[in-house]
Amino acid sequence: MTSTTTVTDALPDAVVTSRGPRYRQQLQQILAFAGLVVIFAFFSVASPYFLDWANIKGILLATAVTGIMALGATFVIATGGIDLSVGTGMTLCAVMTGVFLTNLGLPLAVGVLGGIAAGALLGLVNGLNVSFLGIPPFIATLATMMVAQGLSLVISGTKPIYFSDVAGFGQIALGELVPGLPNAVLIFFVAAVVAGVLLSKSLVGRYALSIGSNEEATAISGIDVRRWKVVVYTVAGVFTGLAGVVMASRLNSAQPGLGLGYELEAIAAVVIGGTSLRGGKATILGTVIGALIMATLTNGLRIMSIPQEWQKVAVGVVILLAVYTDILRRGKDA
Amino acid sequence: MSTDPTPAVRAGDPPPAGTLLRVEGITKSFPGVRALDDVRLDLRRGEVLALVGENGAGKSTLMKLLSGIHQPDAGTMELDGAALDVRSPREANERGISIIHQEFHLMPDLSVAQNIFAGREPRRLGLIDDRALVRRATGLFERLGIPLDPRQPVSQLSVAGQQMVEIAKALSFDAKVLIMDEPTAALNDAEVRTLFRLVRQFLTPRTGVIYISHRMEEIKEISDRITVLRDGRYIDTLDTPGTAVADVIARMVGREIRTDVRPAPAPTGRPVVLSVRGLSTRRLLKDVSFDLHEGEILGFAGLMGAGRTEVARALVGADRSTGRVEVRGRAVHVRNPADAVRHGIGYLSEDRKRYGLLLDQDVTANVMLSSLGRESRAGFVRDGDARRVATDMVRRLAIKTPSVRQRTKNLSGGNQQKVVLAKWLVRDCDVLVVDEPTRGIDVGAKEEIYDLLRTLADQGKAIVMISSELPEVLRLSERIVVMCEGRVTGVLDNADATPHNVMELATRFGGAEHLLATTGDAR
Repeated sequence: MTSTTTVTDALPDAVVTSRGPRYRQQLQQILAFAGLVVIFAFFSVASPYFLDWANIKGILLATAVTGIMALGATFVIATGGIDLSVGTGMTLCAVMTGVFLTNLGLPLAVGVLGGIAAGALLGLVNGLNVSFLGIPPFIATLATMMVAQGLSLVISGTKPIYFSDVAGFGQIALGELVPGLPNAVLIFFVAAVVAGVLLSKSLVGRYALSIGSNEEATAISGIDVRRWKVVVYTVAGVFTGLAGVVMASRLNSAQPGLGLGYELEAIAAVVIGGTSLRGGKATILGTVIGALIMATLTNGLRIMSIPQEWQKVAVGVVILLAVYTDILRRGKDA
Repeated sequence: MSTDPTPAVRAGDPPPAGTLLRVEGITKSFPGVRALDDVRLDLRRGEVLALVGENGAGKSTLMKLLSGIHQPDAGTMELDGAALDVRSPREANERGISIIHQEFHLMPDLSVAQNIFAGREPRRLGLIDDRALVRRATGLFERLGIPLDPRQPVSQLSVAGQQMVEIAKALSFDAKVLIMDEPTAALNDAEVRTLFRLVRQFLTPRTGVIYISHRMEEIKEISDRITVLRDGRYIDTLDTPGTAVADVIARMVGREIRTDVRPAPAPTGRPVVLSVRGLSTRRLLKDVSFDLHEGEILGFAGLMGAGRTEVARALVGADRSTGRVEVRGRAVHVRNPADAVRHGIGYLSEDRKRYGLLLDQDVTANVMLSSLGRESRAGFVRDGDARRVATDMVRRLAIKTPSVRQRTKNLSGGNQQKVVLAKWLVRDCDVLVVDEPTRGIDVGAKEEIYDLLRTLADQGKAIVMISSELPEVLRLSERIVVMCEGRVTGVLDNADATPHNVMELATRFGGAEHLLATTGDAR
C-alpha cells in the first residue's frame, strides 16, 4: 500500500518527550517499592528482632500464599473484574489435595496437579458465570466463595485432613532447594515470573488489559471478549490451586475452616501494588511488592507486640494511604 | 447581559409587544468549533415556532443555552422582556422554560408521579407525602387529558407513555416556553395526534412552543412559523402558511458545496464484495439492501435516527439483526464483531473513544489489537514485530505521534482516527465500515482522512461511509444510499445526487410506498 500522504508529516514532535506509559508504570512500582523500604526501615529501627533472618524468612513464607493468590487476582482485576472466591477456593483446593493424597492415596504429583486442577475448575465456573450468564463478577465470585467454603467443609467432614502419611508433601513448601530459602518462597517467585510474562507478553494478559481499558472497543476490534474472560478467570483459578497446595504443604494439613479473608488480603496486595480496580492497568511486580508490604506490616506490628486488633487498623490505614497516593498521582497526569 | 446594547431593530423583526422569547446575536464556541454564530430567534406569544436545520446546524446547542446547560459567549436572551441568564436547567424551569429532550430523562423504576415531581415532592413532617403526590399528579393529568396512572412504574409504559410523562413533567412547572426536541421520533400516528392536542392545549396568549423536528409534514401542520439554522448561523424565518416544503429544504442545505471535487464515475463490472439483503433489526431497520463493490466508497446519508449507524452495527455483529449478508458471494453469519473481523469487515465507530480506542494504551497496542492473535506465536506476543508493524503504519498513514509508545489519549482526533484505521489495515480488512469518520476532527485533518479513504478505495478496499455531512458524502462516495426511519428511501449515483434530492429522500417519512415515485422524480 502506498499512501499519498508524505513521510515528513509523521516525524516526531520534538516538544513531547517519548517517556510515555512505560515511565508512568515504573513510577508506580517505584512508589510502592519506596513504601516497602520505608516500612522495612521503620521496623528495623523499632525492633531488634525484625532483621533476624528467621523473621525475614517468616515474612517471605507469609507472603508466599497470599502472594500466589494475588498473582492470579491481578489478571482478574486487570479486566476490571474482581474475584472474591480465591480465599475459600484455596482452602477447597487444599482439601481436594488432601482427598487425592491422603484419602485416595494417589501419587504425589497427581494429588498436586489435582489440587491445581480444582482451582482451575473453580475459575472456569467463575468465568462462565461472568461471561455467559452475565452475572457481575462481585456477585458471581461471592457466590462461589460461599460454595467453595461449604464444599470444603462437606468434603472434609469439617475435620482437617493431615498429610502425615504422604512422603515428601511437606517438602513442597518447607523444603529448601536453595539453602536457607523455603521452597514456598521459591515457588512464589517462580510463579511471579510466569505471571509477569503471561501478563505482559501473552495474549491472555494483553487481552485482559485491553478488556479492562475498554471492553466495548476490544469487542468491536474482533476479540471474543467472553471467551477470553473465561480464560482469565481460569488462569486466576490455577494460581488459587497452587496457593492451596502450598498452604496445605506448609501446614501439613488441609484446614477446611481456613481461607475466608485471604481473598481480601490478596486484593489489597494487588491494589497496593498500583493495579487499578477499574481495570486496564496492572503489573505483576507491583503485586509482588504489595504482597510483601502486607506481610511485612503484619509481621512488624506483631513483633512490636502491637495487639492484633490494632494491627488490623494499621493495615486498613495503609491500604487507604496506598490507594490515595495512587489517586493523587493519577490526578496529576490526567 | 441585559446591558449589552442590542442593535437597532432589523428588517423582518416582529413587533416587540408580541414577543415572548427573544434571542439576539448569540455566539457559542466549544474547543475547536463555533457551534453558534450570531444566531437570533423570536418566539411570539401563543405560537408554535418550528426550528429546523441539518444535523449540526446548532439547534441542540441553542436549546442547551436556553435550558441553562451552557452559557452563551456573547449575545442576549430575553423572556417577557426581562434578561434571561440561566445557569442551570433548574433555573430555566423556574423561569418558565421547559424542555423535552429527544432522549428521556426518566427514572424507570419510580412511579409516574414520582418522576413528575422528582426533587419537589410534597412533604409532611419532613417525609414524602405519597398521597398528596398522587393527588397532584392526578389533578395534572385531568387538566391535560392524559390517560395515565400516576402509580404505575415508568418502566412499564410504552415509549409514547413515557413521552406523555415528560410532557406532563414539563407542563407541571407552569411553563411559559415549551421546547420540544424531535418529540414525535418514536410515536405512531395516533400518538402524534395526542401530542398535538396537548401542544394546542398548552398554548395561551402568554405561552409559546419551540418545536424542533425534521418532519416537514408535521411542521406544516403544527407550526405558525419556521426558523431555519444552518452551520450554526441564522438563515431565515418563514411563515408556515404559504411556504412550500421545498423552500424550507433549500434553506436548510443551501451551503456552498464544492462540486469540483467529486469522485470519478465508478468503473463498471467491479466485483461485489459485500451484498446485503433484507437487513432488519427489531428496533429500527426494515429491509435494508445494498451491494458494495470492490474499490467503492458507498455513502450513507440520512438524518439523525435514520438508522445508518444501526446498519453499521448490524453489519459488524455489534447488534442483533436478521437478513442475508454475503461476502464475495459467500453467505456469512455474523453473530459478533469477532465473526465480522474474520470475514474481513472492520468498523470505525462514530464514537471512537468508546468503541475504537484503548485510550490508556499506546499506539502499538491499539494498532495491533485486532491482529494480536495472528501475530502471536504459541499465545505469546512478538513485541518487536508488533512495534515494527505499528511504526510502519505510523509512517504510511502519517500519524503524528512522538513515538509508537505514546498513549492514544494524547493524540489529536485526526490522529486517533488514523490509529483506528491502521488497526483494520493491519488486520487486512477488505471491507471498512466507517461511521462519521471526521467527527470532532479539525478541517485540515479532515482533508487527510478524505485522501486516505480515497487512496484505500483506489487500492481495492470497499468502504461503507456513513456521514451526516452531506458535502463529505458527495465528495467521496460514488453512490449514495439515503435512509429514513430505518428504511432505504433511495440509492443515487453521485452524478445524479444533489443536496436537494438527498435531503428530500432523507425526509421521506412514511416509507416504502413513496419509494418508486421518489426515485423517478428526485430532482
